[in-house]
Amino acid sequence: MSDDSASGSNAFEGVESGPLPSDAAPAARAGGAGSEAHPSIPALIERFGDAVLHHEVTAGDQVSVIVDAGRVREILEWLKTHADQHYEFLSDLTAVDFGGGRPLQVVYQLWSLAHRRNLRVKAELPLSGLQIDSVEPLWKTADWLEREVYDLFGIEFVGHPDLRRILMPENYAEGHPLRKDFPLRGRFSRAEQTRRALSPNVEDFYTPLEMELGREPQTIELPTRGAGAATPAED
Amino acid sequence: MATKTVEFAVGRNPELGEQGGVSYAPLHPVDMPEPDLGSEHMLLNIGPQHPATHGVLRLVCELDGETVLKVIPHIGYLHSGFEKLGEYRTWNQIVPLTDRMDYLAPLIYNCAYVMSVEKLMGIEVTERCKVVRVIMMELDRIFGHLLWLGTTAIDVGAFTPFLYAFQQREKIYTLHEALTGARITTSATRVGGMMADIPEGWAEAVRDFANGLPATLDEVNNLLTTNAIHLGRTQDIGIISAEDAINYGFTGPNLRASGVPYDVRKDRPYYDYETYDFDVPLGEHGDCYDRYLVRMEEMVQSLRILHQALDRLPGGPINVEDPRVSLPSKTDCMNDMESMIHHFKLITEGIQAPVGDSWFSVEASKGELGMYVVSDGGSKPVRWRIRPPSFVNLSVIPKLAEGHLMSDLIMINASLDIVLGEIDR
Repeated sequence: MSDDSASGSNAFEGVESGPLPSDAAPAARAGGAGSEAHPSIPALIERFGDAVLHHEVTAGDQVSVIVDAGRVREILEWLKTHADQHYEFLSDLTAVDFGGGRPLQVVYQLWSLAHRRNLRVKAELPLSGLQIDSVEPLWKTADWLEREVYDLFGIEFVGHPDLRRILMPENYAEGHPLRKDFPLRGRFSRAEQTRRALSPNVEDFYTPLEMELGREPQTIELPTRGAGAATPAED
Repeated sequence: MATKTVEFAVGRNPELGEQGGVSYAPLHPVDMPEPDLGSEHMLLNIGPQHPATHGVLRLVCELDGETVLKVIPHIGYLHSGFEKLGEYRTWNQIVPLTDRMDYLAPLIYNCAYVMSVEKLMGIEVTERCKVVRVIMMELDRIFGHLLWLGTTAIDVGAFTPFLYAFQQREKIYTLHEALTGARITTSATRVGGMMADIPEGWAEAVRDFANGLPATLDEVNNLLTTNAIHLGRTQDIGIISAEDAINYGFTGPNLRASGVPYDVRKDRPYYDYETYDFDVPLGEHGDCYDRYLVRMEEMVQSLRILHQALDRLPGGPINVEDPRVSLPSKTDCMNDMESMIHHFKLITEGIQAPVGDSWFSVEASKGELGMYVVSDGGSKPVRWRIRPPSFVNLSVIPKLAEGHLMSDLIMINASLDIVLGEIDR
């Protein structure tokens, strides 16, 4: 299919270089027929104007809107709180690397419980500036999801309270695995990877916060349910 | 939406009464000032190898005596990089990766993945395939819930439900084996259909299982639902309000236990779920006990769907007739040059998905399972993203457990129904 077979010397050469990026654009850039049917698109364009770069319809009926990465927090807050939009559920937050030096996409999947609608919001970040505002203050869901994207793609979420690696170990120094320039088998040798996994350093297994735990006493209030429900049921 | 509120006529926080019945007596809080023992806080590390963490989960806890002040979960011990691996495999080669994530309900993962690819390619599977997949998914919902039931009961000291649940799970393992040849790593689906049609007698075997399960559920109900020890260990433990549950991204039975009627099968129906007659059980308090009730009721509702799906199981082909994904018949390959070339290209290059992306979510046993695939028109995905329900559910545990006792942390962790295979991927 590609030049994997041409270079017969190393069986893993094709694997190491990663899937070849195609020359095709990431997605069709024009709004299709279905996009007018989605009520959030005109409202977004009216409210935010130039910050809404374009929108697209994929897989038949799925509407994505690509917005300015600098205003993504503001736009998502409006989408979450505005009465006509009310996307109060963040289903997913992830990123996509198309390879070949193209910008990374941060993808938000929103769902409105009230209106039973979903909307996909994307923001593109150039490789030279992988920073975007955190949406953790809007949705607590984003806490771990943003940590995962930071871990695997190296995108920094500005304003995240606890941005550190989540799936890879704390002392992982090989980079961000889901980037296209990351080889499938990692950057270090197998021996080095094993040596690091068996590290005797306590700092590799406990975060600085955990090292500090127990030093200062603190109090936490026990959560209670509302009064009234605690009465016994009569048989 | 057809919903059903699960609430048993037992008081909250009961204790055994004089005649051995359940009566109301508050277990906590005791109304007296906390004595100052002047002790230091303790750092306790649970896991990653610990039976009560339900996998290789590590919880670092700060304890004041027996009270949990802070929980910091560490995950990633099972990280296999499935999403990265998927970028190096053709669309159909990814299917075996999917059932290694939620190995407690593998068929749901198989289905969810191919459904997202079919959505991207615009393939509508056959009627028979739809019903067979509904049967598979409901069977595995019960499969996942039974494991949760057994292991959770054992975490709070009830050993018998574990044996009852695993006896029934063994029957589903046998059904898996008859359907796919494997008990856990099923890999049953393909883009556009199934690996094979269901074997002869399989539908009847599913029916037999569905007829036999209610007796077991009744027995477990008798053992746990009004059991004073179980009530004391689960009621008022790990409470989360509906508003918080939405904000923290809870899905599935955990969300519904807080009273939010969100079920992907009802809100965004796929495979004609809107034509099946079933209820969505809802809890009221959002504590461990309501999560238990919701899951028990969900098994009953899944059985209803199973019976309806078995009744309507239509004949006809199980795979679509679409030259992009389906192989030509062996006879055609041997007699016809074009079919031979077509077969060769499909096998060597794999199927090609059009440029674009697609998000598809189903109601898995743990919650909303989303699959996001991005294609550049080639035979391998540019990005394959799994939205694992347990990952998001587990992220709430610091909030749920803080302020509770150490032993309650174990119950809270169990009640979330996590599986580390899909959390770490």
